Amino acid sequence: MKHEFPKGEIKSISGRSFVIKGDDIDTDRIIPARFLKCVSFSALGEQVFADDRKELKGNHPFDLDQNKGANILIVNDNFGCGSSREHAPQALMRWGIRLIVGESFAEIFFGNCLALGIPCLTAPKTEITKLQKLVDDNPKQIWDFKLKDSTISNQKETLKLNLEEGAYKMLFSGKWDATSQLLAEEERIKNTVKNLPYLNNFKQ
Amino acid sequence: MSSGTLYDKVWNFHRVKELPGGSTQLFVGLHLIHEVTSPQAFSAIHEKNLGVKFPNLTIATVDHIVPTSNQERPFNDPLAEEMLATLEKNCKSHGIKFHGIGSNSQGVVHVMAPELGLTQPGMTVACGDSHTSTHGAFGAIAFGIGTSQVRDVLASQSLAMKKLKVRRIWVDGELQKGVYAKDLILHIIRHLGVKGGVGFAYEFAGPAIEKLSMESRMTICNMAIEGGARCGYINPDETTFQYLKDKECSPKGQEWDKAITWWRSLASDSEAKFDDEIQLDGSLIEPTVTWGITPGQGISIKEKIPNPESLPKNEQQIAKDACKYMNLEPDNPIEGVEIDVCFIGSCTNGRLSDLEEASKIVKGYTVATGIRAFVVPGSQQVAKDAKSKGIDKIFLNAGFEWREPGCSMCLAMNPDKLEGRQISASSSNRNFKGRQGSANGRTLLMSPAMVAAAAINGKVTDVRKLLQK
Ligand code: SF4
Repeated sequence: MKHEFPKGEIKSISGRSFVIKGDDIDTDRIIPARFLKCVSFSALGEQVFADDRKELKGNHPFDLDQNKGANILIVNDNFGCGSSREHAPQALMRWGIRLIVGESFAEIFFGNCLALGIPCLTAPKTEITKLQKLVDDNPKQIWDFKLKDSTISNQKETLKLNLEEGAYKMLFSGKWDATSQLLAEEERIKNTVKNLPYLNNFKQ
Repeated sequence: MSSGTLYDKVWNFHRVKELPGGSTQLFVGLHLIHEVTSPQAFSAIHEKNLGVKFPNLTIATVDHIVPTSNQERPFNDPLAEEMLATLEKNCKSHGIKFHGIGSNSQGVVHVMAPELGLTQPGMTVACGDSHTSTHGAFGAIAFGIGTSQVRDVLASQSLAMKKLKVRRIWVDGELQKGVYAKDLILHIIRHLGVKGGVGFAYEFAGPAIEKLSMESRMTICNMAIEGGARCGYINPDETTFQYLKDKECSPKGQEWDKAITWWRSLASDSEAKFDDEIQLDGSLIEPTVTWGITPGQGISIKEKIPNPESLPKNEQQIAKDACKYMNLEPDNPIEGVEIDVCFIGSCTNGRLSDLEEASKIVKGYTVATGIRAFVVPGSQQVAKDAKSKGIDKIFLNAGFEWREPGCSMCLAMNPDKLEGRQISASSSNRNFKGRQGSANGRTLLMSPAMVAAAAINGKVTDVRKLLQK
């Protein structure tokens, strides 16, 4: 299956969703280290959660037929902790995930997702539990995420989500691809270099 | 908001611009790259027709995928060979210095860079590797980044970053005999939690920290990330300067004196403001071992494996998972848990002093029957220094394997792996499920001296008992 990767402004996302339960799910679980041996990210989508899936023999959420084509992941607390490997969000993205909602996210993981144009939004535990139940009860329903008011809705129920302002602005403006912004500041970079003692023989 | 801390000062020196999204464009003084997280970043800049902006500020080595038994090229594993060849090619075409196999300076990136004097106080250090926090031991602001940030640093020598809050962790007293930096950091993570540090930089300070050697300080900062803190640092002092003196890339002559003046000025002011402060007594810490599947699940060697029911509500589920996965019985002592494999190495504890301390335990003993034990020096330099001190012989005579430098069984992206349900005593930094290469392999984290003691007795042992011999 071919997926369009995120690009430009990311103001809304719709699709089916499913749940990965558990706190502190680390990036080693999202993509086990042996799959890091690659010089391109292209095959990672199939390898997402490989060990957990093997253990559950086809019953892992990422293997269930009902979840094929879903693009929203609902998780719990401290999702994506551990190694900074960007292979983790890459694997999720290449599988087809475009939005992650959870109680909280590890910082590097959050940043890595943002840099791929995948918003990670949070809500308090009680709300997430409620959302997970709604999703589990009816995996077929379509959820609509609106960045503008940071909500996710299935027509009947609407949940308010949180996103820090910086990430919000970047997604809203389509400027989550940092490189071009950074390159625009050549002069200022030169000035910074000029004032760094260790790049100037420690001259005061 | 913190002010007057080393973090604030170094941050200000490197600030290029405030970006619209609320983050800061930060200049990177030292960019380290390795074979795992750089190839995709190079492809990305090639796709965009961009070059490497400051090739002299990026330094490369190879560590994760190198075999530690036979390092002859081409490697047996074609994928590993391809990753190394790709890195070589990228470095060559962009004029980046590469410390490759056979160069005498190759090693785990967080071991070799400090050794060469590349890491210095006051720098910003970035690397596509979460244990970049290690370099904070020098009073640098050092943090792990993802591949798209590696791309950004290659292209612009800068990245977009949010300023962190600063928590000072003040450690009074002095570590007791048989208690090492590893025990201290495992103790801290246990008490602050694996996400206690999210959003924070950790400043480690106080008498117990000041007494630590640079190598021990690196162990502490290395695992700041395991406590959720993306960077951890220690103010530079005489110990730092002594370590850096005459290193290959350290400033020399007149520059050295000027450098010291600047470095001193970076330390957190006595009236610095921290966002949070924590204090503990280092002399009360005992050898610490993890029993579970997160680095926060540590206990002292004298304690029993906790009963999940007795833990705070939010820790119960993961503790239950951990007991099940580890196949350890709650309410039983951790001391005496039988192990299969012993691993001494990694960027946490693969330095000369780590091997030396462990060798003191091993000397005169042999590895217990049925135990596979091996030592993997963190770098070529460590290997060389250890050999010149006869440390390799001590291990070999005791029945350890002595390997070539690399990440080895820290994460098993190379032939060194646990098999099946094997349980290891490991001086590395992560005990996540499957971390050491077997999907159901098990890891107990501890200091290298404790690993040595475990190797000799075939089970988790209080190293202090062997020190009294
Ligand atoms: S030794 Fe382990 S933690 Fe350190 S860089 Fe290598 S794999 Fe990462």
